[in-house]
Amino acid sequence: MTLGPVTSSTDVATPAGEETPTIADGKKIEGRSLGRIAWMRLKRDKLAMAGGGFIIFLILVAILAPLINKVLGHPVNEYHQDKIDPNLGGIPPVGTWGGISKDFLLGVQPVTGRDLFSQIIYGAQTSLLIALLATLLAVVIGIVVGVTAGYYGGWVDSLFSRFMDLILAFPLILFAIALISVLPPTKGFRIAVMVLIIGGFSWPYIGRIVRGQALSLREREFVEAARSVGAGSFRIIFRELLPNLAAPILVYSTLIIPSNILFEAALSFLGVGVPPPTPSWGRLLSDAVDYYEYDPMYMLIPGLAIFVTVLAFNLFGDGLRDALDPKSNR
Amino acid sequence: MINYILRRVVTSVVLMIIISVVTFGVFFMVPKLAGTNPAELYVGKSATPADVAATARKLGLDQPVYVQYGRFVKGIVAGRDFNSGPSKTHCPAPCFGYSFRNDRPVFPLLLDRLPVTISLAIGASIIWLIGGVLAGVISALRRGSILDRSMMILALAGVSLPIYFTGLLAQLIFVHNLHWLPGGEYVNFRDNPIGWASKLLLGWITLALLYAATYARLTRATMLETVSEDYIRTARAKGLRERVVIGKHAMRSVLTPIVTIFGLDIGQLLGGAILTESVFGLPGIGRLSIDAVNTKDLPVVLGVTLFGALFIVVANFVVDLLYAVIDPRVRLA
Repeated sequence: MTLGPVTSSTDVATPAGEETPTIADGKKIEGRSLGRIAWMRLKRDKLAMAGGGFIIFLILVAILAPLINKVLGHPVNEYHQDKIDPNLGGIPPVGTWGGISKDFLLGVQPVTGRDLFSQIIYGAQTSLLIALLATLLAVVIGIVVGVTAGYYGGWVDSLFSRFMDLILAFPLILFAIALISVLPPTKGFRIAVMVLIIGGFSWPYIGRIVRGQALSLREREFVEAARSVGAGSFRIIFRELLPNLAAPILVYSTLIIPSNILFEAALSFLGVGVPPPTPSWGRLLSDAVDYYEYDPMYMLIPGLAIFVTVLAFNLFGDGLRDALDPKSNR
Repeated sequence: MINYILRRVVTSVVLMIIISVVTFGVFFMVPKLAGTNPAELYVGKSATPADVAATARKLGLDQPVYVQYGRFVKGIVAGRDFNSGPSKTHCPAPCFGYSFRNDRPVFPLLLDRLPVTISLAIGASIIWLIGGVLAGVISALRRGSILDRSMMILALAGVSLPIYFTGLLAQLIFVHNLHWLPGGEYVNFRDNPIGWASKLLLGWITLALLYAATYARLTRATMLETVSEDYIRTARAKGLRERVVIGKHAMRSVLTPIVTIFGLDIGQLLGGAILTESVFGLPGIGRLSIDAVNTKDLPVVLGVTLFGALFIVVANFVVDLLYAVIDPRVRLA
């Protein structure tokens, strides 16, 4: 999974005065760094690049949501009951496609007539914020625990490994909804709790990978060399181990983001997510349960938003793994 | 072998004790830290402080956590009584708590819902095990072909589809637009087997799709790794037929990781397929839990969570035993 040991920059520097070797037609042999090789591989993977492109687009949308909404949308909680068909019990929007028009790009919510476009782009904010923060938390805990367990080995390793098994054995969603339900539902607090729960349950996935890698890396010659010249544990962990762990950490962080997005949406779908009126894709879907017979678009749009986002992260993560790991099965 | 089983039993029991302590602790400590009195959750918003105190006394919530935990464990083994002066409520063993909202012990409530969850989990798991493993093996053997590539893209799409979306979509198409399947309430297998199956069918398929995708990816990866191993080359060199090489020699290795995640998955599902049950309106354990959360029926929530953990621990135990059957090296370790 690793790129092999990262050597320090002095190792590869050409001694002064020496010519760069050239091949017959005079073209220089280009020295490519491992990161560069990975990037070239990634660039060839069109699906992964499409996924990456969509992720960047989505992050921009989430950051610029207020601006975009000013131009293309309507205030999030503004009611537009003139867009609701009074002849059909005041439930479905006017028109066939859930009220999609050039004024309301993704149509309107049933009953209230709120702009679905603005709900979706602000929902992206909620979704990405929680998923990314949770991933960050998971990565930090995963690295700390994984490196400690792998580097020190012995009883420390057994202890931390059992602990990771324990967390993976928890009835995750049950525990999460139960815990969230006994806590007060104010917005900021709820977001923090969701990040803690999602991150707190997903770090063992990172931790296991890091532990395994650290366990094998610490036996390698370059670590032994560092130890023999008197480097302390701190230096070995930060200067020798972590740089070599960067690739797997990057790959697996990318791959837990989509499951964290799904987890956030699932909690919102079950009614224990971010409280209204903060828009959330999962809650839009759970609202849609009551109306999908009359207004299928209201279910399709948030559902597709979740699907496309998660798929983009999965495609990108898969591509990244293939690019960084030449041995991967492709 | 007996030694191995005994060790696994001890590990499982220890695991279960730790999970129950943690769950119990979290349920009783977290509300306190957040400034809510758990007793308030039982009595509703309009109760007077005296009511709250009385409830706390009746449920033993005024006691320290370890005393409460001790009583809880004793309840599971021997049953327990909830006392507050004249009114006495008995909860027979195994007492996983008493739901005062339903005025019933939690355990029978769980038992009522269990058949639904089991029906869902078993049906879906049969489909996804066969479908997922088969798709993975075919994909690996036809590596790089159009079939392989499209199957893997499909699998990636499959793991990206949340069940609360596919479930709604499937219902919209097959129940409401095409009318191929009935809507309405869940019926028992014993009362109406066809009604039972047709109500569960969409749940089985959508749930299976999700898992099959993961299993197909895992099977493919393991199979590719396995077929490049020496012992497979040896098997081929011996002149064994390809069917035997793949079906007998390679499959043994491929099954090990599959059995691992299958154990975890089925354990999680039996503890309540919350999302699937919510989407399809199936009155299983997951539905019980989410209803209990909405009505703040804390004993039920706690009971379901512990029950769910029990399933996972038991499933892991069974997986460990299966390991020993599949992989003889495990027995000696």
